Parts: sequence; structure tokens; C-alpha cells
Amino acid sequence: MNKILEVRGLSKIYGPGCPQCLESTGPEADTNLCPHCGSVVAIHDVSFDLFEGEILGVMGESGSGKSTVVKTLYFDQAPSSGEAIFFDNDRQYDLFSLNAAQQRWLRNHRFGMVYQNPNLGLNFNISAGGNIAERLLMSDLMDYGAIRERAKALLARTEVLLSRVDDLPKHFSGGMQQRVQIAKALATQPPLLFLDEVTTGLDLSVQARILDLILEIQQELKTAMVVVTHDLGVIRLLTGRAIVMKYGRVIETGLTDQILEDPQHAYTQRLVASAL
Amino acid sequence: MNAMSHNQAGNAYNFGFLDEYAKKEVRRAILKAIAIPGYQVPYASREMPMGRGFGTGGLQLTLSLIGPNEVVKVIDQGSDDSVNAVNLRRFIEMTCPGVSTTTATAECTLIQSRHRIPELPLTARQILVLQVPYPDPLVVVEPSEDKRKTMHGEADYSRLLVKLYEDIVKFGEITISHRYPTRINGHYVIDPSPIPRWDVPKLNDSAALILFGAGREKKIYAVPPHTKAEPLAFSDVPFRVEDFRDEQGRRRACARCGCVDSFLDEFVTDSGSKTYQCSDSDWCDMQLSKARQTQGEPA
Repeated sequence: MNKILEVRGLSKIYGPGCPQCLESTGPEADTNLCPHCGSVVAIHDVSFDLFEGEILGVMGESGSGKSTVVKTLYFDQAPSSGEAIFFDNDRQYDLFSLNAAQQRWLRNHRFGMVYQNPNLGLNFNISAGGNIAERLLMSDLMDYGAIRERAKALLARTEVLLSRVDDLPKHFSGGMQQRVQIAKALATQPPLLFLDEVTTGLDLSVQARILDLILEIQQELKTAMVVVTHDLGVIRLLTGRAIVMKYGRVIETGLTDQILEDPQHAYTQRLVASAL
Repeated sequence: MNAMSHNQAGNAYNFGFLDEYAKKEVRRAILKAIAIPGYQVPYASREMPMGRGFGTGGLQLTLSLIGPNEVVKVIDQGSDDSVNAVNLRRFIEMTCPGVSTTTATAECTLIQSRHRIPELPLTARQILVLQVPYPDPLVVVEPSEDKRKTMHGEADYSRLLVKLYEDIVKFGEITISHRYPTRINGHYVIDPSPIPRWDVPKLNDSAALILFGAGREKKIYAVPPHTKAEPLAFSDVPFRVEDFRDEQGRRRACARCGCVDSFLDEFVTDSGSKTYQCSDSDWCDMQLSKARQTQGEPA
């Protein structure tokens, strides 16, 4: 199998940081707030690999740093240290040593991101079609007819009614907004997709359809995905492998079935036991 | 130095109103703007004896460029006789003794203009200065200047293009009537001041140097001579200029001079009907005198 992403020692500290930060935070210390300097160790020493067509789950409670992982990889935030290598066909990109323009190019052409809050991923003041057009225009497609065709095809694929292609997403339901976001993320057929709590806050039937859609996309396009969620049901349904995070550290990693059926770490055991 | 001689002559102000240091700063900004076509160069923008928004940016450029043998023309919306143009021209006459002013496009060496580029093609010995209210075309899509600077640096204009896309979706065509975003020399996109679409093609490969000055926003930028200027458009929905055809599909003519290839202003007559006239008053006069000469009538 082809490796898509290799992450090693990824860390992100908010605040000045001090030499005692790392030893006085984490699951053992039961906090991610350094008592000496007040810095927040959002993530520390996160490492994982991702392969073509694979879905990796990142789970943990809120504040565990799981969203920070995808935000650094999608260049929304710069990490404090660590490296990530993205393998694209025969090329390799050392993500955090690229300049801003190269990062923007990768973001627009090769990555896709679906946020929990559609506000972050969509511009609510332009039409659903316009949102998808934006991403296509970013990747230098300059033909109006072709953009329009592609936007319609993507919205049809994600089951958004074509009669609403020119409506503003702020007039859409939450589930529809999420599907427009997925369509936008898929516009450039990226080999790597980040999904940050995509189904949180949606009702169950809508959740099920969006999860189905994600699985279909994975089957069809062989897109590798990193799925961030606190919902064990989503982890079980979508992912093949998973990592469990607490207070910014990875405490357990392995096959999803293994983690859910036979959790090793005390925290994971509690997490699995507490699931309804 | 010029400054000395005019001060001795009893003129309380320096030649060209601005002090020599202010002029020097503006000239430096101009040189940088020419060196990086389309880039908005920040400058200090001095206080002028008129409100910001009345052409202080253009005026500072003009006053910094003016030399003793200059022939200056000032236009406002194509006309030499509107209040703004008359007042600016008087101000230049007052503060730059020895400089002559004209209304004839062919005779001038320096043109300060608001909203129009003259119909008569400009030549290499002329400089056109345009007054600019809003220098940044990205201001409609991004409120933060910091982010806009990054977007300009990376030539990231996709959000402007989305605006064009939305226009076509809603109205079937691009509806921007003036300030049409134009890409200069393949990189920076500029706001070419509120000139109509009609004038945008004149920016491309212009023989004359075209300078833009925004007094309130404190920016100077330039389209150097013979530089590529392409209005943003889609490959299958090309840019087009205003259409002056009537209901029968005939090109409307100027009611005064009969010209059929100039930018027309629409007037409503006392009887309520519409009439059209050249926006460029000097061009209109030229056409009129040409027509009289060919007909052999006395002017």
C-alpha cells in the first residue's frame, strides 16, 4: 500500500512555553495546562501514518487536541514542532518547511477539509455553486461552463437538490450545509481529506446518510481520510485504524476493532465502557 | 533652486505647493510603482487644501511631477469644465507659476483625470494621472488589509473571480460597470479607479505612463508604458465594453458631433426623451471642428 501521510512528533503549544511544560502536562498530570508558565500544550509528540484509501480515526474527549492535529496538517495553524510528509504520486512534500504559497497550493489542490461548523468551511454570502466554484477557481480552472458543470455534478453526487445550486447556504438545513461542504472539499478530487466532527449536532437519519456518503466516496475515489470525532459509533463505522488522545498525547493506537473490543489504556477502557 | 526663486518672487508657497521633501517621497513611490507594475506602494499623503476624496492623491502626483515647461490638462468625468476640474486647474495655475494649462488632449504633457481616459490615444511623451477613491480591488471580498496584502503577494484572486461567477449566475453577465478588476503584467490585480469598462482596454499596452494616486488610502500604483493589462474574465465569458446600440441595434451617435465610436453620456431632455453626447468634451470639440472643416463651413 502507498503511504499518503507520515506525521512524526507533531506538537503545538499555545503560550510562551517553559522547560517544565512537557513533564507537567499530559494524561499522567491530568491536565494540558502547564502550572509553571500557563501555556496550553494542545498536542505533543503525535505520530502516525496514513495509507492510500484508508480512514484513520482520531478520538478523544473535548480539549484532547484532536482538532488541533488536523488544523495543523491543513495549515490552519502552524505547529510548534514536528514534521509531516505528504506523498503525492511520485512527489514528497515536507509540509511544515514549505512557504506560504506552496502550502496554499497544496491546500487548494491536494487537500480537502470539512469542518464541524459549516461557517468555517463555507462562505454563507455566496451561493452553494459559488462556494464550489471558489475552490475550482483556486485550482486555476477558468472556464465558466466547465466550473458550472463540475459544481452541479458534485452537488448531485452529495445529494443536494440541483434546483438549489444558486441558493445561499445560509438558507440550507444543517445536513445540507454539511453536504455542500463535502462537495466543496471534493471539488479538486484531493487524495487526502480531513473531516473534523462532520456529523456532530446533526440528527441521526442525516448522520447516517452523511456517513454513507463518506464511505461511498472512500470506495469510489480511494481518498485517504483523517476523521476526528468523539462519537465511537462514527469511529466504528468509518475507520480501519484509530488513535486515542488525551490531554494532547496519543495514549493508544491500533486497529479500530481492537481498540473498541479490547482497550488497553485505562482511559480508553472508560471511554468505551461509557458509550451508550 | 526653483523653490528659492519663487519664494523671492513673493509667492508664499513652494513651486507646486508641496515642499521638496514631500515631492521627493512621492517621486520615490512612483519609481517603485513603475518598477513593480500594479503593486500598491504606500506613501505619506500630505494634507492638501481640499477634502480627501476630492482628488488629493492625483493632485499630489501631478504636483510632484510638474516641471516648468509642463502643459497640464485636468478632466473630471471626461469634461474640462466641471467644477472639480476647474478648481484643480486653477489651483495648479496658482501654485505652479509658469506652467501652462490646456483643454486639448493632443497638446498636454500631463493629464490629471477622474473617471475617464481621453478618447484620443495618448502618446509616449504624456503621463496620465488618475484619482483613485479605493485602490484595492480585494476590499469587496476581504476586509482585513493584512490578509489582502498576502492575497496580492500570492496572486490569490479566486474570490474576486467568484464574484464574477455569482454575477453571471444571477444576471447572465458580469455587471461591474466601473472599477473593473484588471490584472497587470500577469500578476497584481488593480482597481483601475472608477473608469468605465470602455476605458479598461486603453490600459493595455498604453504608450503613455499611467499613474494612480489614492490620497485618502495613501497608495500609489502604476501601469507602465507598453505593459499587459487584462481585465479578469472567464475563458468562455470574455470581457466586453459597454454596448451603445439602440433598440434597432444601431450604434448611438453623439447628438452634438455625430461621433459613433466614443463613450456616450445619457441626458434626459426637458421633454423627457433621452439624448446622448460624448463624455470626453475635448474629443467632441475635435470631431465637431473636423466635420466643419470637411464641409467647408466657417467654424
